[in-house]
Amino acid sequence: MPAIRVRGLRKSYGTIEAVRGVDFDVAEGEIFGFLGPNGAGKTTIVEILEGYRQRSAGDVEVLGHDPARGERRLRKRIGIVLQETGVERFLRVAEVLELYCGYYPEPRPVDELLALVGLEDKRNEVVKRLSGGQRRRLDLALGLAGDPELIFLDEPTTGFDPTARREAWEIVRNLRELGKTVFLTTHYMDEAQHLADRVAVIAAGRIVADGPPDRLSGRDDATEIRFSLSPPAELPDLGPVTVTANGRGVVVRTADATATLHILTGWALDRGITLDGLTVVRPTLEDVYLELTAQAARD
Amino acid sequence: MTDLGIAARQLRFEQKAFWRNPAGAVFTFAFPLLFLVIFSTLNSGARIQERGNISFVTFFVPGILAFGLISACYTNLAIRMTVNRDFGILKRVRGTPVPTWAYLAGQVGSSVLITFILFVLTVGLGVVAFGVDFRTGTAPGLFVTLVMGAACFCALGLAVSGLCPNADAAPAIVNFSIFPLLFVSGIFFPLDNAPSWLTSVAKLFPMQQLANGLQYAFDPRTTGLGFNGGDLWRLLAWTVAGSLLAVRLFRWDSAKK
Repeated sequence: MPAIRVRGLRKSYGTIEAVRGVDFDVAEGEIFGFLGPNGAGKTTIVEILEGYRQRSAGDVEVLGHDPARGERRLRKRIGIVLQETGVERFLRVAEVLELYCGYYPEPRPVDELLALVGLEDKRNEVVKRLSGGQRRRLDLALGLAGDPELIFLDEPTTGFDPTARREAWEIVRNLRELGKTVFLTTHYMDEAQHLADRVAVIAAGRIVADGPPDRLSGRDDATEIRFSLSPPAELPDLGPVTVTANGRGVVVRTADATATLHILTGWALDRGITLDGLTVVRPTLEDVYLELTAQAARD
Repeated sequence: MTDLGIAARQLRFEQKAFWRNPAGAVFTFAFPLLFLVIFSTLNSGARIQERGNISFVTFFVPGILAFGLISACYTNLAIRMTVNRDFGILKRVRGTPVPTWAYLAGQVGSSVLITFILFVLTVGLGVVAFGVDFRTGTAPGLFVTLVMGAACFCALGLAVSGLCPNADAAPAIVNFSIFPLLFVSGIFFPLDNAPSWLTSVAKLFPMQQLANGLQYAFDPRTTGLGFNGGDLWRLLAWTVAGSLLAVRLFRWDSAKK
């Protein structure tokens, strides 16, 4: 059984349809990256899964429960790390954790939570004196207080410096080691690339692509080989590729970079031709993402 | 942990947070106690003819009890809940398995505990420093009136927090809704010579009913257990109305859906 199962999900606000028929599954133990521009319906969907909003139509199952019913037995098993949610400012870090652990039947020990997010030194600090990054780590610890099976992380590293971000990624990867399912919403493509087993891109209320970050939207079929020929020569048959020539510069788009390079370099060596400035590039997740969302905006 | 245990723990942590926030503690505690000291000192030796020649301070202590109760249960709770909602604390809490009633019971319990501490300090200060006559005979009426007042103003506080759009607006809205009525409810000075239309209007509101009920228990002319039936029934009616409104207006999240 998948941890999350969504079929035909729709949500309207008045006459505006924010979510227009969305289907996806999140497998147990998977880190699922949910990407999309602001206003695409991302937050609406996440909050429907978390039980904060009611859907207009469709089926939603989270750990086998309908989140719209707001059952305690579901909320015992999930952890939610929202964006910009406050916490009792005048309590100390360990006190807040103790308070929230008390809401769950089988909480994680406070010391373990502190260690997990690297806040051991701050356990007696009053919340209002924490830095932004420390606050965010406390958010994460609070989301893990109930030792959840499924964790929703909404933009977990916004405002982090690069070191803090790497540390946060390490925490998320540790969650996977523990067998947790992570539903990660992010604007950072490198974050999705590093963490997610699978991503879905939502644009204008629909899922426009879904797959492992390395293969999203045929990303792996789109390696570009760039070089210029000296001296100029007629290229050999490279198989099913697209060749664009611009003066002496050549761009070859291929689905199988290994084979194409093999033919190309073999041919060049035989003929004594140099492939000047030979580079092999793959479109980044960001390139693919921008193309997908721009296309959805045009449609 | 049982749900009751969760409520008790919530209360304990609310108390910790309350005492660490100087602004909240000062507003709730210093104001009533300062008023008691200042007004009782200014009027020391004064007697109130219309109230059977009682000393000013015997009239004033129940008024300050009413004021303290309203500060702790209504003002404090309404602002705290609005801040908790506006800062997203309620939304975070909503995402945990804590039962709504247990969370709210912790919040309300914290306000009731503050009221109780204020009661002890106010009466203690009145008796020790200003020679107020604390009558054990009417203590049952006094106690029941305080409990009913706390229930009423907690319900109204929760209801009003549902009406406050955000944390910045809360203190203004809450104080505006309370102060004009406090002044016409005979809390700070007797209104025996005020225009009758004004006192009739004031009697419709729970501030006057609470203050009058408490003053009745302190009045040396009162016989029996100190229950002022009319005031208590009207307070009960406000409690019911406030509770219904609170349920209707309560929101976990400030954002529009």
